[in-house]
This record gives sequence, C-alpha cells and structure tokens, in this order.
Amino acid sequence: MRALITYVYLFLYAPIALVVLFSFNAGRNASEFTGFSVEWYGKALANPFLITALQNSLIIAVTSATLAAVFGTMAALGLERLGSRARAVFDGLLAAAIVVPGVVIGIATLVALVAVFGVINPAIASLWPGERPPQFGLGYGSIIAAHGLFTMALVTMIVKARIATLGRDIVEASADLYATPLTTFRQIVLPQILPSVLAGFLLAFTFSFDDFIVAFFVAGSKTTLPIYVFASIRRGVTPEVNAIATMVLVASLLLIVIARLLMREKTRKTTAGE
Amino acid sequence: MTSAPTNDIEFRSVTKRYGAVTAVSDINLAVPKGAFVALLGPSGCGKTTCLRMIGGFEQPSEGEVLIAGNVANGVPAYRRPVNMVFQQYALFPHFDVTQNVAYGLKQLRPKLPAAEISRRVGEALEMVRLSGFAKRRIHEMSGGQQQRVALARALVNKPSVLLLDEPLAALDKKLRSAMQIELQTLQRDLGITFVLVTHDQEEALSMSDLVCVMSAGSIRQLATPQEVYDRPADLFVADFVGKTNRLDGVLEAGGAVRLRNGSALASSRSDLAPGAVTVALRPEAIRLSRRSDAAAFEGIVTHRIFLGSAAEYSVSIEGLGDLLVTAERHSQSENDLVAPGERVAISFDPGTAHIFPA
Repeated sequence: MRALITYVYLFLYAPIALVVLFSFNAGRNASEFTGFSVEWYGKALANPFLITALQNSLIIAVTSATLAAVFGTMAALGLERLGSRARAVFDGLLAAAIVVPGVVIGIATLVALVAVFGVINPAIASLWPGERPPQFGLGYGSIIAAHGLFTMALVTMIVKARIATLGRDIVEASADLYATPLTTFRQIVLPQILPSVLAGFLLAFTFSFDDFIVAFFVAGSKTTLPIYVFASIRRGVTPEVNAIATMVLVASLLLIVIARLLMREKTRKTTAGE
Repeated sequence: MTSAPTNDIEFRSVTKRYGAVTAVSDINLAVPKGAFVALLGPSGCGKTTCLRMIGGFEQPSEGEVLIAGNVANGVPAYRRPVNMVFQQYALFPHFDVTQNVAYGLKQLRPKLPAAEISRRVGEALEMVRLSGFAKRRIHEMSGGQQQRVALARALVNKPSVLLLDEPLAALDKKLRSAMQIELQTLQRDLGITFVLVTHDQEEALSMSDLVCVMSAGSIRQLATPQEVYDRPADLFVADFVGKTNRLDGVLEAGGAVRLRNGSALASSRSDLAPGAVTVALRPEAIRLSRRSDAAAFEGIVTHRIFLGSAAEYSVSIEGLGDLLVTAERHSQSENDLVAPGERVAISFDPGTAHIFPA
C-alpha cells in the first residue's frame, strides 16, 4: 500500500520536478542536463510575446474570477431560497456545468457568440450615425465570458456548501434583532461565507489561468499563456518553456499561500472584536 | 384607532397552510399585557408556527396577527417590537458576547450613543449573571451560558413581547429547573409579556400564568395551569397534561355513569347526552388502602415505582383493567409502600373524575 502511494505521488510530481530542474539547464537540450544556469529565465522575461500572453492571461483570469465570485455567490444565496424541486433542477444543472467537457463548452460558446455577433453587429451598424460602427468580436470579452460562466458554477457549488452549514436561524435571529436584510447580509452572512467565496475565487482564477481548451476556441486573435506555450512547443521543447512553467508554478503556489494567510487573518480579526 | 390595547398579542381567525398541509387552523388567541403564556402541545401541533407568526418569520394564510393592538400581517421580522430566544440560541459565532448582545441596539435608528449601548449591554449581562464574560467567544461557553447570552441579547432591546422557542430543551435537568425559576423571576421583574413554546407540560405548568394547550393546529384549552390540570377541557388535554387513567363507561339517562365492572358513578355533567363516555381520573386522586372498604374496588398491585416522596403503583382491577395510582408517602401510615402482589382497595371521590364523550 505504502509503495503504491509512493508510486502515485512519484508519477504525479516527478514530471513537475523535471520541468523545474530543466528550467535551470545551461544547455539547449531538454533531455540532458549540462549545467546550472538562469539564462532561460532571462530569455523568457525578455520575450515580448510571452509577456503579452501573460498579461492577457492575468487580465482574463482576474476579471473572470471576480465576476464568477460575485455572481456565483449571488446565485448560491438565491438558490437557497428556492423550493426543493426547483433547487434540485438547478443543482443538477450546476453539476452538469462542471462536468461538461471543455471541448463542448468551447464549441458551444464559440457557436453562440458567433451567432450573437452575426445579429448584433449588422443591427448596430444600421443604427450607428457615424462612419465606423463598433464591431463585437472574439477577444478578451469572449474569453472572460466563457471562463466566467463555467467557473461561476464552481463558486456557486463551494459557497452553497458553506451556506448549507450556516442554518437559517442566525439569519432569522439577525432579522429578529431589527437588522434589515442588507445589514444581515453584510454583518452576519458575508463574514461567515467569505472564506468560501475567496476559495471559490482562487479556484476560478486557477481554472481560467491554465485553461487551454475553452480559450483556444473563443480567443480570436488574443493569445493567452497556455495558448502561447502550446504554440511554442510545436517548435520543440526548450528550457525557456520550462522556465515559464516554473514561474507560473511558483506564482500559483504563492497566490494560494497568500490567500490562505488572508483567510486566517480574517478569522483572527473577527476573534479580536471590532 | 382604539384605546390602549390590553392585549400584547392577538390572533384573529389565524390559519396557516403549507401547500396542502394546514399547520394552524382558525386560531383565536389573546395574550394579555405582561402575561407569561405557554403554548403547549405535542410536536407538529402548530405551536412553533404560531410563535413564528408573531416573530414575523411566517405570515398567516388567513386571519390577522396583532401585536400591541396593531395588525402585524406583512410587517417583516426586523420591524416588529418582539424578540425571540431561539431553540438552538442562534448566537452569531463570529462575534463575542458583547457584540452579540449589542447587535439589536446597534440597528436602532437614530443611532444610540456608544456609551448608552455599552451601559445597556452591561446591565443585560448583569441581569443574566454573565458580567465577567463580556469578551468571551461563543464557542468557549457552555450550553447554559449560551442560553443566557441569547436571553440577554433579546431582553436588552426591551421588547414588548419576548418569544421563547423551547429555550430549555437543550439543557440538562438540573440546569433546566434553575433556568425555569430564573425566567419566571425575570418575567415578573421586567413585566414583559413572555410567550413560551414547549412540549414539556411540567415546564408549561410551572412557569406560566396561562397555558394554551394545542393539538393538530387548534387550541384545545386556554386557562391557568391549575385549571388546565384540574378541569381539562377535553380528553386530549386530560391525557396530555399530567397523567390520566381512562375508564370506559356508559352515561345512563339517570345521570350516572356505569363502568365496565358494573359499578355506577355520579356524573357531574348535565350537558352530555346519554351514550358511551370516557372517565378520566388523575393517579393522585385515587386512594389506595391495604384495608378493604365497601365503597372501593379491589385489585392487585402489579408494579411499583419508587419516587422518593411518593410511590407510583400499577393496580390491576378486575373488570376495569390497570389503574395508575400515585400515593404520597407517610411513614407512619399503614399504607406506606405497598408491595407488588398485595391486594389493595381503591377508592376515589367522584368529583375528581372528569367525564368526556368517548
């Protein structure tokens, strides 16, 4: 049993360790370690295409995760008030949204967006008084919309699970003590669900940041980091790609640690009192 | 619209339905100002629904709920001058004791000065004897202490009515009886109307001025504890409040009840038509004697439960079945602690028997 677990972990983490190791390779060869060097990190950071892709990915991930956190939380709060039958339907749809393969979401979103643009763009053009009517097309907006939609389901699931443990009685107690629904939400509900909202945001961020499939369909001419990496390994695996992967890895780990610390800080603050 | 209301709470033909289920059906109830009322009944009788309609967590399907003379239908919970002590206390886990108790005062508009809030919170904590616990976290407190925080959190707002939803159910027996006395004292001192929901008849009888016995969504009897116990309105009340022996009989045209063993019993009820009746008899209204008596039934003690100051017997009587008898103990008496297997004579005053249509 122990040996099995060891193999499983080895299988999971050895490739990642290799990526990190070879990012420090002095030579060009991806299969032979010829000496320690940080040269490839410099090359990667000096690559303007890579920096643009990274910026795109960050903008998309932050925006879509924020939208997902806000709307996902709102959906979770709203679902709680539904009747049991309607809730069962929505729970099922939520679960479905999470298990639908990325390819399907990608194609579906692309088809839907193209169809919508096909109606909207001529309509705007016919109404536009000036010479150059705005044209909606694939780009930031479409990736953010697609990512926001499927990560929202994730946030809703996580926040819903937390709300379920809250119980209605503290909400009722707050109302009983003259708090308006808005005050009850701000002072009682939100502090209780905030850690789960943050956790949902983080997951949504990670999903968006490393998503390749959906982005590939709806990105249009925009290049995100995974799309860039995919394109560049077609020219062969270089230590530069390894360096990028390592940097992304470190950044994600750092982010999770920071979020964890923030969450702990939050609970400590409420412990100490106002 | 009218002169000062004398009732803090009033139900006018209130019905509450959940889909096809009727939880409360056509209830009329008036709770006088400053009274301690217990809504007593088995689970599912609608007592909690009634309480929640006063609190504003449920709205009646039909009829009106009045609080201090004003129709409260449609008024949300946060605009009602009532406060509730929840069954599981519902304290805010991320606040300390002071923050919990101050919560209601902080919602008031115009805002109360901070000094006023802290003074009133201090008073409320003193009232429930938790002065040293102001900065304590909720999860660091025992069930009894949490209960008192919940009480302070509600009472600090000086509500016109305090609602208590099975507040003592989660406490152990000793703590419960201590809290019963404490609640009663608080209610007398503050003069606030208390509405208590409980399924524990002992709790209802010992604490309240008025007991409202409910069953299947309607009120069976609203009366003082003594009246409910001594003069139950129907068989359900007689059965639910206290212990009761039920004897089947037939009310004859002459006004006597003929029991199954052939003996006759004078009926106190002239309003009943002749026919099958049930006679309800309290265990402590029955006298048990080792000596035979002409007016008595004879039976054999089949079981004895020793209660300390009293003993509870099960006595099997030929033609009548088993009767429950509670006898106070007098150590000098020849009838102290009859043993199972002994023959005894049983007698009772017909006036203590209640006759209901079967």
